[in-house]
Parts: sequence; C-alpha cells; structure tokens
Amino acid sequence: MNKPVLDIRGLRIALDGRADQELVKGLDLTIQPGETMCLVGESGSGKSITALAVMGLLPKALKMTAGRIELLGETIHNAPAPKLRKLRTTAMSMIFQEPMTALNPVAKVGRQIDEVLEAHSNLGAKERKRRVLEMMESVHLPEVERIYRSYPHQLSGGQRQRIMIAMALIMQPQLLIADEPTTALDVTTQAQTLSLLRELREKQGTAVLFITHDMGVVADIADDVTVMKLGEVMEAQPTEQLLRHPRTDYTRELLKAVPSHVPRPPRADDNAPVVLQTQALTKVYSQGGWLVKTRETVAAKEVAFTLRKGRTLGIVGESGSGKTTVARCIMRLIDPTSGTIEIDGTDIATLPPRELKPHRRKFQIVFQDPMRSLNPRIEVGQSIIEGPLNFGVPRKQAMARARELMTLVDLPASAVDRFPHQFSGGQRQRIAIARALAMDPEVLVADEAVSALDVSVQAQVLRLMADLQAKLGLGILFITHDLGVAAQICDDVIVMQHGVIVEYGPAGEVLATPQHPYTKALIEAAPGRHWDFANFRPFSESRQDA
Amino acid sequence: MTDTAIPIDRGDRPSTLRKIGEVVVSSPMVMLAAVLLAIIVLASIFAPWIVPHDPGRLSPSVRLRGPDSTFWIGTDAFGRDLFSRVVMGGQISLAVGVGAAIVSVAAGLALGLLAGYIRWLDAILMRFVDGLMAIPNILLAIAIVSLWGAGLWTVLIAITIPEIPRVVRLVRSVVLSAREEPYVEAAIAAGSSSWLIMRRHLLPNTVAPLIVQGTYICASAILVEAILSFLGAGINPETPSWGNIMAEGRLFFQINPGIILWPGLVVSVTILSINLLGDAVRDALDPRMAKRGIDR
Repeated sequence: MNKPVLDIRGLRIALDGRADQELVKGLDLTIQPGETMCLVGESGSGKSITALAVMGLLPKALKMTAGRIELLGETIHNAPAPKLRKLRTTAMSMIFQEPMTALNPVAKVGRQIDEVLEAHSNLGAKERKRRVLEMMESVHLPEVERIYRSYPHQLSGGQRQRIMIAMALIMQPQLLIADEPTTALDVTTQAQTLSLLRELREKQGTAVLFITHDMGVVADIADDVTVMKLGEVMEAQPTEQLLRHPRTDYTRELLKAVPSHVPRPPRADDNAPVVLQTQALTKVYSQGGWLVKTRETVAAKEVAFTLRKGRTLGIVGESGSGKTTVARCIMRLIDPTSGTIEIDGTDIATLPPRELKPHRRKFQIVFQDPMRSLNPRIEVGQSIIEGPLNFGVPRKQAMARARELMTLVDLPASAVDRFPHQFSGGQRQRIAIARALAMDPEVLVADEAVSALDVSVQAQVLRLMADLQAKLGLGILFITHDLGVAAQICDDVIVMQHGVIVEYGPAGEVLATPQHPYTKALIEAAPGRHWDFANFRPFSESRQDA
Repeated sequence: MTDTAIPIDRGDRPSTLRKIGEVVVSSPMVMLAAVLLAIIVLASIFAPWIVPHDPGRLSPSVRLRGPDSTFWIGTDAFGRDLFSRVVMGGQISLAVGVGAAIVSVAAGLALGLLAGYIRWLDAILMRFVDGLMAIPNILLAIAIVSLWGAGLWTVLIAITIPEIPRVVRLVRSVVLSAREEPYVEAAIAAGSSSWLIMRRHLLPNTVAPLIVQGTYICASAILVEAILSFLGAGINPETPSWGNIMAEGRLFFQINPGIILWPGLVVSVTILSINLLGDAVRDALDPRMAKRGIDR
C-alpha cells in the first residue's frame, strides 16, 4: 500500500493549551492518495480547527497539545515556518467557504493565481501565463483570457470559487483541504463545483479533505467519512457503510435530521379562509438622479399567490431570485412598486405608516440570522413585549404572555430576564418566533428562518413551527433555498427565478414532478437527493419496498 | 442532542463602566494619565482654596520674578503670581473643554439620529453639515467671536459649533448601519414608532463611539480655547485661562520663560492625558479596535 497523503494521530488542540478547554480531543484520520475524506460535524465540532492545524494556520490562542500530523510521511506539526510555507500550495492547499473574502478585491484574478506560481516556481512570465490559463480552463471557466483580466467582484460566486480552486491546484498539491467550499454557493453552482472537484480528483489524483455540515454533500462526494462532535470523533467509516449502518446514536440522529427531498404527505385542502393574497406584486429598484433614472432592476415581477389559514406556502429559489424581496414587500419593510397585498381582506400595499400600524399585528416575520435578530442590549423578554406594548397591552399582562410564549417554544419561562448572548443560535431563533407570536399574527413570514442553524437544531425548529401552526392556525410563508426543507414543511410551493414565479402548485406536484426546466435543474442539483437518509438506504431501494 | 439541553450561559457581560475601569487599571500609561488628569481637575475645581495669592492682584514691585519661595513659579509682567493664575486658569479651560464636548455631542447626537433614520431629512441636513465642515475650525471660531464679541459664552459657542458636524457624521454612520439590523426591522414590523426605534434600538449603538469622540472634542476644545486666547480672540484678559496667560507672556518670554512654559506644559499634559484615556475607553468598548492597535 502507498504511503498515506495525510496521517493524523491523536491530535489534541486546546484553547491557551489548557486541558479543560480542549476543542479537538484525540483525532485520528488517514487519507490515501486520490481519496476524498469528509469531515462532518455541527458547529463547534472542531472540524475547521483540524484543517487549520494541518495547514499550520492555527490562531495564536489555540495550541496543539498532543499528537502528530504527517504529510506524505513527513512530520509537519512541528515544522519551521519557512518549510510550512513551501509545503502550502506545493504539497497541500486550502479553499475556503466565502470566495469573495478569500480573494484580494483590488487585484486581477489571473494575477492572483500567477502570484502562486511566481512564488513557488522559476518559470518565465510567458510560461506562467500559459500555465495559469491552462489551469483556468481545466476548472471550466469560460473566456479565460477575459476572466484572467477581471477583478473578483466582476465574477459570479461560482466563478470565484473556481478561481480559488485553480489557485489551490496550480502547483499540483497532493492534498486539497476544502472547508465548506460550497456552503455559500447556490445549489446549482454547488453541484457544478462538486462535480469539478470529483473530476479533478480523477484527473490529478488529488486527495481531498472535505469539511462540511451537509450530509447530502457527503453522500455525493465522499469515499470515507469521519463524524465529529464537540471535538471528539464519533465514528469513521466508508461513506456507504456509514449511511447504511451508522454505528453511533449521534450519527443516526444526524442522518435522521436531514430533511428528505420527498415531499411529506399533503394536508387536506379544506378551503380555509384566505389570510394573505398578493396580485401582480412588483418591486423595481431604480438608480439615478433627480431627473433621469439610469438603471432599473426588477427584483420581483407580477408575483401573485394565495395563502390560506393554517397552511404553509414555500417560496424557493436561488440568490437573486427575488424571494426575500417578496417577503420584505409583504412586511412593508420596503414599499412595493405596484400590485396589491391583501392581508385579511385589506390591501396594505400602499397604506401610509399611520394607517398601516393597526394591521401590523396581523403579520410578523422571523429572520435568518439568529445572532442579529434580537437587540443584544435588552433582555429577551423586553424584545418579546415590545410589539404588544405598542398596541396598548398593559406591561404586566404582556410580560405574563411572554413567559407563556417562552414555554410554548420550549424555553424556561424565567429566561425572559436574560440577554440574547446567553442563548444558543437555535434558542435565539425560538425567541424570535416567540416575539412574532406575541402579536397573535395570522401570517408568519419565515425568511430563511432555519438556514443558519445546525441540521439537528433545524429539525427541532421546523417541528416547533409545525406544532405552533397546528395549535394556532397560522398561515406560514416560508422562504428557503433548501428544497429538502421546503419538501418537509410546505403544502404549496412557489419556485422563483430572476424575480418571476416559474412554477406554483402543491408541493407534492412541484417537487416530485416538476414541469419547468429551472425547477428540474434545482431538484437535479440538490446534493444527496438519491439517498433516503432517515431510512439509511438509497431511494431506489425504498421504492422497491413500496 | 436536544437544543434545550444545551445549558443557557448565565454569564453576565461586564458593564461599560467596569470595562473602562479594567482597561485603565491594566496599563501603567493610562493609569498615569488618569492620575495626572484627576490632579489637574481637582486642582481646578478647588482652585479658590488652593491658590497661595490672589491671581488678579497687581504688584508692579515684583514684576517678572523667577521662581522663589513666595512665588513658586515666578510672576508675570504685572507682578501677578503665575502659579495661582495657572491653577485658576484651569477652571476656564476645563469648563470650555467639558462644555464644548457635552454640547456638541448632544447636538450632534440629535441631528445625527434624525439624519440617519429619516431619509428625506438626511439630504438636507448633511449638505448643511458638509458646508460647515468645509470651513476650518479656528477660522469659523474667530469669525463667530469677532461677530459677537469675546466672552466665555461666545468662546464656548465658537468652539462648539465647528465640532458638531463631526459628531453628526459619526452618529449618522452608526445609525445607517444599525438600521439595517434585523432587530430594527423586527421592531418596525412590531409597529414601534420611529421615536421608540431611535431611542431604544439605535441610540445605544452610538454610546461607545460618542464617549470616545467626546474625549477628543474635550481635548481639542481646550487647545482651540488656548489658541483663540493666544490670538487675542478669546476670553478677556482679566480672567486667567491657560491660553491668555501664554498670550500675555509672549513679549516677556525671554525674561521669564516660565510664563509660557508652565501653562503650556499643563495644557500639553491635560490634552495628552485626555487623549490617552479616550484611546483606553475606545479599546475597552470595542475590543476589535484594540486588537488591531496591537497588530499594527
């Protein structure tokens, strides 16, 4: 057998080198040439820190306290800085989650790749340029000459990530470390990037350490999987073995929490009253001076839908599809350019602030980012009662209701006196839901409300929302980029592209038998869609059973 | 595995004052600055009881004396005790500094909140502020003093007005970024009035940068007051201030250098101390800035 590309034994990393602050607790990991190893875990599992340790890029506060890291049979965890510098890019390199911040915004991308060659080879300028263009072609960038001369902001997210990959692979390293490289990308771009990584592995034989939280991605790309939780390795198995026969409860829970792409059974359409209806809702952003409007961007065009009491309507689409614009128009956080928004029979699209206020309590919103959706300076209880106080509810009564709501979202009632930083992300999102519910709304708009959460927490919050809907008869407008989440929670689904609805219908029909090519492409691109994670087998086998 | 099982962190974050206190204690430089400033402030407040001589009494017989046991740092051209004058002068200088800081921060805060939160007001207010900022501070101050005549209040106003635009810009930029926060949008969705949103969700974000800006304005105002007095456009000469003591001493500098040296030294130490404390407060309130400072 060949020498492994990467061999980690008993790796321990601790904050300030303190034994009680260990972030990685004895990690063993081996990657063979040409193998893709996925390191999976939720936030705080220590997976990214492990990658940084291999690259020799640990932040100063973190110390490696024990263990050994070998790259191609050479010990590197105690290598001197100049040697490590040489090893990076020639023997190992890394790509990051956010390609916009990983590239220098004021240098042309071709030059940035060239820099790597310049530093690590003694080729002439002409030869270097030829090599760079060749590399850019091999990561399937179009019009390489033009892109060579482009700045990062002139490229799309997917193109930027390709540049990062080109930069990482130009010295043909044996090991590529990819830290959540597709998390910030749209699902179709993600699919392209994953297939590119697969192709490069086959062509160049690069071994990949792929860090992700997404089991779908794991099913698509990994040969072997190591599951981590709070710094400890839970288990390590070949991918199919792991997906079929997880050894630990944690992995089992993790797999069960993955939202399935098969739509849940539809609920009876009971012709409940309409709580939200839009017609020809349009939002145009125009730039320009007082006299001439220079550029117009249509963010949403003639969006029309109906939401009934107690039902969930999903809006899915990639970034720039206009789904969030629609949500913000409905909340009247921005003013729609034209069209109507009827809430409980009243058109609120053009109401001036004073007349709008009495209607505000009927529709509430939950945002994506749990870190920013609560004012960090005031107790969560105060945040919850702000709305009711605005509508004249006495403080005592509002506070009593806030305590009730906290219990309703599975948090202790006494926690109303605490500040947002004292809660975890999932807990904060529950509080944000409690705040929305404090107004007794008829419509709840959830704008990517579970996208920033770990998959197990995400499953809990989704369950909570479904329970609340059943109890309170809420109409939920659920905005998401994740088709799996949409399939699990929605009765009806709208697919948006470039501000326009391309498909609208019952979730079962739209997601199972899509008509529009864009919907098909979206579903096609969803990672791990062939795998029925919750039942530990591929869908092909599930269907045979049925 | 359940989310609720995750223990809720009970740790409280330290209060603003406590954080400032910790930074002051942790650095000997800042500690020294705090002690020096405390001495200067206390001496100014209790000046009437401290001064060994009447700072206004003219004694032509002892003109331009050097330091001795009666007049610790000598006398000026009219035979007035320099030490007493410098101590008394602190009252005016510090009053102007603190007054200018408080008034310009208060005015700038109000205008900045309005400009940042109310879109249509923004354009109008900011053009006016830009106009004000285009005129050099000292020039504007001299113009105001020559328009209304010298005096404590005019000087205070003349120093305060040019400082306001900077505060407005600072508050506006903080408000502009804070108003995009989801918690502010949630408050809009909850039907909160603009007034409530400004007071509850936007104003607290401005406190830390304003405390820092306030210290800088205080230091700058003391300096501008000294400059105005030195140029003869400041507080009238009977009332001692650090600036006009130096102004009067200009001609007799060669006979008794102490006339300029001592008030100049006190001004320098005061401003240096205030600036050091301002930096410390900034580091205490914004840990990211502090880290960047060390890296540099």
